[in-house]
Amino acid sequence: MAISDYIPFFPVKPAPFFTEDGAPIHGLLAQFDTPADVYHAAEAVRDAGYKHWDVHAPFPIHGIEEAMGSRRTILPFIIGGGAITGVCTAIGMQYFMNAIDYVFVVQGKNPWAWEAYVPITFELGVLLSAFAALFGMLALNGLPRFNHPLFQSERFLDSTDHCYFICIEARDPAFDPTKTIAALREAGASNIELIEESQA
Amino acid sequence: MSPIHPDQKNTERLAGLRPQAAAGTATDIGDGSLIEDPASEPPLVLGGRSIQDVTEIVCGYQEKGPGKWWLPAIMTSASVAGIGQLMILYLIITGVGTWGLNNQVGWAWDITNFVFWIGIGHAGTLISAILCLLKQKWRTAVNRSAEAMTIFAVMCAGIFPGIHVGRIWFIWMIFPIPNSNWIWPNFRSPLLWDVFAVSTYATVSFLFWYMGMIPDFATLRDRADKRLRQGISGLMRLEAPELPFMPRLGFNLPVRSDTLRAYIYGFLALGWRASSRHWHRYENAYLILAGISTPLVLSVHSIVSFDFATSIVPGWHTTIFPPYFVAGAIFGGFAMVLLLLIPARELFANMKDLLTLRHLENMAKILLATGTMVGFAYSMEFFIAWYSGNQYEFEVFAFNRVIPDWMSDRGAPYWWAYWTMIGCNVISPQVFWFRAMRTNPMVIWSVALLVTIGMWFERFVIIVTSLHRAFLPGEWQMFFPTWVDILTFVGTLGLFLTLFLLFMRFLPMFPIAEIKAVMPEGDPHDPRGGAKHDDEGSH
Repeated sequence: MAISDYIPFFPVKPAPFFTEDGAPIHGLLAQFDTPADVYHAAEAVRDAGYKHWDVHAPFPIHGIEEAMGSRRTILPFIIGGGAITGVCTAIGMQYFMNAIDYVFVVQGKNPWAWEAYVPITFELGVLLSAFAALFGMLALNGLPRFNHPLFQSERFLDSTDHCYFICIEARDPAFDPTKTIAALREAGASNIELIEESQA
Repeated sequence: MSPIHPDQKNTERLAGLRPQAAAGTATDIGDGSLIEDPASEPPLVLGGRSIQDVTEIVCGYQEKGPGKWWLPAIMTSASVAGIGQLMILYLIITGVGTWGLNNQVGWAWDITNFVFWIGIGHAGTLISAILCLLKQKWRTAVNRSAEAMTIFAVMCAGIFPGIHVGRIWFIWMIFPIPNSNWIWPNFRSPLLWDVFAVSTYATVSFLFWYMGMIPDFATLRDRADKRLRQGISGLMRLEAPELPFMPRLGFNLPVRSDTLRAYIYGFLALGWRASSRHWHRYENAYLILAGISTPLVLSVHSIVSFDFATSIVPGWHTTIFPPYFVAGAIFGGFAMVLLLLIPARELFANMKDLLTLRHLENMAKILLATGTMVGFAYSMEFFIAWYSGNQYEFEVFAFNRVIPDWMSDRGAPYWWAYWTMIGCNVISPQVFWFRAMRTNPMVIWSVALLVTIGMWFERFVIIVTSLHRAFLPGEWQMFFPTWVDILTFVGTLGLFLTLFLLFMRFLPMFPIAEIKAVMPEGDPHDPRGGAKHDDEGSH
């Protein structure tokens, strides 16, 4: 994910590698046949020191985060922020409306008593944290993004069905066309494909 | 719709035209029901299915269509829903006097139906959230349809509080919106808590449901895209129904159904590309959503019960109401899941491999457990009415509910409602103590039907029998529903079924990705997931 994917006119770093036709290269896409194959290949790619690469699988493979060496997501903090916002909004709204701006007595109860404000405070906290969970997850993932160079590959369409892929991007400092292909082949790839950048 | 599949061989095998692969099928894994040995777990997917088969089966329901029964079914249910809409229109034009309400019984079928539907809406989030936190892998077979059912039930529920206010054009006053009267809603009223609880529940359930479907939309998108690239997509075809005296009528539309699929499912999938870095955040978000939905699902029906429990009406003023309502909601919701999925299991090809007897057996056990909890709540309500020494409370239970009017002068004219409730909710699930009953889909379906009826009567008993005889005997009045009452309720049944039929036709009915993740073929440390012997269990 890069900012330039979202904001037009944002300066784009020129691609480091080109095909013989002069098309910029997005990366190398290697296909694997089983979850175990892609798991061990991910460990190999991680140990080779690549930074810009990803595993594509039809479902979350158990333990793939460790095999990829990816860091924990900051999503829980975003959701926590949503929850705090919701709780503060609810408390502020209820006290402002019923204890400050429009005070009226119900059953002789003190308008500042907090007990009656608990249910709505809880509900709004849940509501905003749910929004934060979904939209925070999408934002961190760089979605929605309807076009991606990988979708040019017909094989890649099986990544949501039964195939497993590793894509190493050309912008990775360790990327080297010949060496990376050899490394992926050694890791057990059943097929390796060159992905070009999608042309606007 | 185009019947062509990319992998013709696989399709034929799934349709039973080719013999099944011989690898480890039926003989050694049983029929999918639970087995006595606690150390061995029956598989969640039967029939020796591979990961690819799961995609084919679930996507086949959208791509090939559910079968010939679907169109007549939705036409019927949509007509019933239409009658319900006409009733609502009539009510709005004429006023709530068209219902059978009177001075004594001011809440009747409207609030009964509201609580009935909102209760049904609890199973979905329970299955998704609580069973997710408890790591109950079997939930993957039922969670998507249960979540869909939740949302549709909440939609049906939302109609009733909306229309029962009488002047529906003032319904905006329940929301804290600045207005020219300079007044704000009363946040100390449980009815307002209910507005927030139900709308939060509807929104969060929808987000949960949609988030679960994003990877499956991507699967449907990619399959359509693949067929388009391979040039095997047919044009969309409109055909008249087959009639004996007419030639077959039909014509092609100038658009391929796969083009529509690729655009619509593609839009809904938001460009999901199955990246493991995305999956990591996705699973994290899913787990946290499950964590916050668990107290949410418990809070919603508790707050619904506050509508009654915070009042002083005998029969309503009870502290047991929140847990009692929540148990009843889970009970009624699971009954509705079974009511819908057992016929679906028969109607859809290969669904029995994904929704096995084990799943039905587990849900039957939940029915037994929650039914018994509800039974305990009924008896505890009765006990407290006696133990509290409150005469009005005890009279309500003894003479408004339990003792029939043909046994005592003061007996309850609504005794049949109370005893229907007890028979359906407490007694009928007790058959599930027997294993043979728990594994018989016909028995489970019948009990689920009884429970659904019983749960409607539970709400009727709580609301109408408590109201029809209040403190002054001179005010006592019976409630009789009018045809508008009845047809409005029937209309919501039609609306619910219509929405569920649309769901079964157009959306992925099973969470494809989640099922794959719990299959041994998807485990990198299992030999069936490709692990070699030397690294098995090394991580």
